[in-house]
Amino acid sequence: MSASDLGVNEVLGVSRIEGPLVFVEGIGSVGYDEVVEIIDARGRMRYGRVLEVGEGLAVIEVFAGTSGLSIDGTRIQFTGQPYHIPVAEEMLGRIFDGLGRPIDGGPEPLAERYADINGSPINPTARVYPVDYIQTGISTIDGMNTLLRGQKLPIFSAAGLPHDQLAAQIVRQVALGVPVGQPPAKEQQFSIVFAAMGVKNDVAAYFRESFTESGALTRVTMFLNLADDPPVERLVTPRAALTLAEFLAFEKGMHVLVIMTDMTNYCEALREISNIRGEVPSRKGYPGYLYSDLAALYERTGRIKSSEGSITQLPILTMPNDDITHPVPDLTGYITEGQITLSRDLDHQGIYPPVAVLPSLSRLAKDGIGEGKTRADHSHWASQLFAAYAHVQDVRALASVIGEEELSEVDQQYVRFGKAFEQEVVNQGLTENRSIEATLNIGWRLLSMLPQEELTRVSQSELDEYYKGSA
Amino acid sequence: MSEQVGTVTWINGPVVRAEGSRYVSMMDLVEVGEDQLVGEVIGLNGNVITIQVYEETSGMHPGAPVYDTGLPLSVELAPGLLRSIFDGVQRPLPVIEALSGSFIGRGIHVDSLNREDRWDFTPKLQVGDKVSGGTIIGTVPETEALEHRVMVPPDVQGTLTWIAPAKQYTIDEPIARVETESGEKELTMLQRWPVRRARPYQMRRSMTEPLITGQRVLDTFFPLAKGGTAAIPGAFGSGKTVTQHSIAKWADAQVIVYIGCGERGNEMTEVLQEFPHLVDPRTDRPLMERTVLIANTSNMPVAAREASIYTGITIAEYYRDMGYHVALMADSTSRWAEALREISGRLEELPAEEGYPAYLADRLAEFYERAGHVETLNGQAGSISVVGAVSPPGGDFSEPVTQHTKRFIRCFWALDKSLASARHYPSINWLDSYSEYIEGVASWWRDEVGQDWHAMRAYAMELLSEESRLQQIVKLVGSDTLPDEQRLILETARLLREGFLQQNSFDPVDAYSPVEKQIRMLGLILNFHRHAQRIIKQGALISAIHDLPVVNTMIRMKTLVGNDELEKFDEIQKEIDQQLEQLEAEYV
Ligand SMILES: Nc1ncnc2c1ncn2[C@@H]1O[C@H](COP(=O)(O)OP(=O)(O)OP(=O)(O)O)[C@@H](O)[C@H]1O
Ligand SMILES: [Mg+2]
Repeated sequence: MSASDLGVNEVLGVSRIEGPLVFVEGIGSVGYDEVVEIIDARGRMRYGRVLEVGEGLAVIEVFAGTSGLSIDGTRIQFTGQPYHIPVAEEMLGRIFDGLGRPIDGGPEPLAERYADINGSPINPTARVYPVDYIQTGISTIDGMNTLLRGQKLPIFSAAGLPHDQLAAQIVRQVALGVPVGQPPAKEQQFSIVFAAMGVKNDVAAYFRESFTESGALTRVTMFLNLADDPPVERLVTPRAALTLAEFLAFEKGMHVLVIMTDMTNYCEALREISNIRGEVPSRKGYPGYLYSDLAALYERTGRIKSSEGSITQLPILTMPNDDITHPVPDLTGYITEGQITLSRDLDHQGIYPPVAVLPSLSRLAKDGIGEGKTRADHSHWASQLFAAYAHVQDVRALASVIGEEELSEVDQQYVRFGKAFEQEVVNQGLTENRSIEATLNIGWRLLSMLPQEELTRVSQSELDEYYKGSA
Repeated sequence: MSEQVGTVTWINGPVVRAEGSRYVSMMDLVEVGEDQLVGEVIGLNGNVITIQVYEETSGMHPGAPVYDTGLPLSVELAPGLLRSIFDGVQRPLPVIEALSGSFIGRGIHVDSLNREDRWDFTPKLQVGDKVSGGTIIGTVPETEALEHRVMVPPDVQGTLTWIAPAKQYTIDEPIARVETESGEKELTMLQRWPVRRARPYQMRRSMTEPLITGQRVLDTFFPLAKGGTAAIPGAFGSGKTVTQHSIAKWADAQVIVYIGCGERGNEMTEVLQEFPHLVDPRTDRPLMERTVLIANTSNMPVAAREASIYTGITIAEYYRDMGYHVALMADSTSRWAEALREISGRLEELPAEEGYPAYLADRLAEFYERAGHVETLNGQAGSISVVGAVSPPGGDFSEPVTQHTKRFIRCFWALDKSLASARHYPSINWLDSYSEYIEGVASWWRDEVGQDWHAMRAYAMELLSEESRLQQIVKLVGSDTLPDEQRLILETARLLREGFLQQNSFDPVDAYSPVEKQIRMLGLILNFHRHAQRIIKQGALISAIHDLPVVNTMIRMKTLVGNDELEKFDEIQKEIDQQLEQLEAEYV
């Protein structure tokens, strides 16, 4: 976008057009990954990017797709640098398209500077390990899969599940966590960077409304590539969003929450390009470098020594066929620091948010909870709830064979505990913002439904303090 | 030093082709483009040179120059390795941070090891001594935890004509001169070694000593021998990294090389922040003093990820050659294999299974073959134990990397997703895992711990596999229908699972379990079982045994009994005896 002032290298006419790719010959010195401006016969401009270059030939992916381009009459201008977007604090409160151009009727933002959307890897020695928890007000997250500032924690969802509601609720409620007993922090607010890739218009509208209602809109920047926008553009959208997030977090010292939805659409766009190029696929037609490509996005999260700010990522993806082993959730899970998994089964039972706690995990939780952070009993509490609820699954399986009446007395207690757990810990209102203390207390109340000898993951002193059941 | 040997003609991600000299050698290190990005020659065809570049090639264009250094990709070996963190091609990350800030810049050329630091050198030889590869010239206290033994490089042989007096030197300053057949050679503390070539040793030795990790499921059930190889495969979130971190913290190795290969930045930061504050129980020094970290995280260039494994193992061999026991962790070898696949794909090589190149198995074999317990060139015993994490897509072990790895390792720690989701940690499945070192290390346990570990382990395994068989029945009809003798097996197996196998890496007491504690715990549970079995035969009810207060004590004993108060087990044993005897009395 700032490109045209640089040494421009131009060709007229292309040799081949295939899907979103354009092949040009007879080029001079063109850089790998550089941005090109493509001008069709009618003078309209679109952007593209050099995917491969050599022997006088360049392969270009056209963000807006190739429809309307002709072999002759298409003009390509090489800009000499990778794709850059303007970054500025005043971009908060604004809405951009998937390539970072304003679509809210407002003017071009006044750039504080232009940044390469690819970013650079954070040096591991420059990072600060996350230890501060974020209060989302949602029990299954705060209590059992605690999210920390600087963590990347995706929501594994599936078509028809309320991941958008959950993400919007998190945005409304998100606050810096404080230990039980301390008054909630007031001033520090999160800034939100929202990237939509191939989502439906009404989903984007839902988020916008929700941000408006909660008064968050002035703290939100939206980058929208919608379902009817060009798929290849999707490859730019999360990069543009993360570039702004890095600027806000690491140059302006803000706490930034990045929501990216739907990563599955992003991966499909990547697969499309890869297939057209005839690359050797790995699983399900996805390219072998999908892991590295996703990592280049997800790793743009965290805290660094030189700034007070942080980037926390909450990517959302829909699992094709509800299959958690599908390459998109699978590779995501291998990169992110845990996952919040939604369950269709709980959703059918009317439980919101339908978080399946057993396949969910927050890997960083251990360092953000406990004495002085949440409450001293938190980690044993969580471990006990997980263990008890895991046992509920075995008991339910058995009950489905021999009938609930035939279960032992203790197992029947587990059945009742399991039901109550789903109804009271997992289930909560769309606007219900639970304190961490409330969450811990509900948990103890339910654990008290089980005999004390069953609770081997909590200590005796914790039992003495919080256990209210009949011993 | 470097001369231009060609110009770039084609660029595709990390793979670049150039045309030029026919005198460039395979595996030579080259510098590409105006930024002089570092790369390695991986193919030659006529005058076409194929190069994998260790840095992001964005912006590179045809016509850019290629310079040859004439040397293969090598690491620097000298005092200063310990406590360091390098990228995949041994660039020191803290130095890069000082030069380019929080984000890693491109085209940064820095020495791997500091040239200004001065080290206390103490000579160990005299003029006139015959030396050859591996001979120890002198020593340097590299850290308080480890004495660095400065060695004659493997390819030098002759007579010592001069040796530096005890004093401080930088790694560049001469410390000895050797008269060799091809003239006099000056030696410094610094040597270089090409990473893709194994360093020589005299011969392999048998593996009879376990690498003690303080992890009960490993040490007691699936031990790794010093010099052995283990793979730890598992789906995402099943515990590969936590297990490897635990081994890096607690294993009784003298040097740890930890390679973060295509994994998370935060995980390396965690080690960097934690290790300087954790104390090695054996040396009483911070763990960082025995540790070398290689971090080529998932968002760092993929070709350098491929190299990181070799960089790490070469450093490990160097310390092995000094006569140390080294443990190397690679997390994750799957990401390394994927790097191979990505490069191979861009070269348009014919893929074998799932897009991996046909030489995947050979490369894995070469890597694991560099583990071993050896007699070094200087006649000492040294070892490298290798633990490689494997990240199978979808957690499915039938994929190529897991399957090929299995052929070259002898210890298989299979992580189980369902155990992990039930929060049974470490989620190492005791029925799917195996160790081929059990017979080899049995006598070590007898001699050093004084217990018949082999028999105890076998008995415990028998109970666990019997439990698994019984669970099949329980799933169909419930446990009430089983005779009490079989229900006792379920009860004891529960004790083994919850009381023994489960071990929380983040618990201040339980993170590390000394072998003496392990064997005491196992002994208590097995004794309990035998005794209970007897009284059940006399008619005692399983429910009465289940309700004994000591059952709960046994489940909690791993944290109740501190690692330096093992005498408390005597009390627990007494409680067991008393409670069971009391029960027995009711039935006799
Ligand atoms: N021994 C253990 N004690 C306590 N918690 C554990 C243990 N092992 C694993 N965990 C828990 O499991 C989580 C995931 O473990 P880990 O990060 O090691 O998985 P992984 O197999 O390396 O996953 P990935 O392949 O995605 O890197 C940890 O964050 C921790 O919460
Ligand atoms: Mg891991």
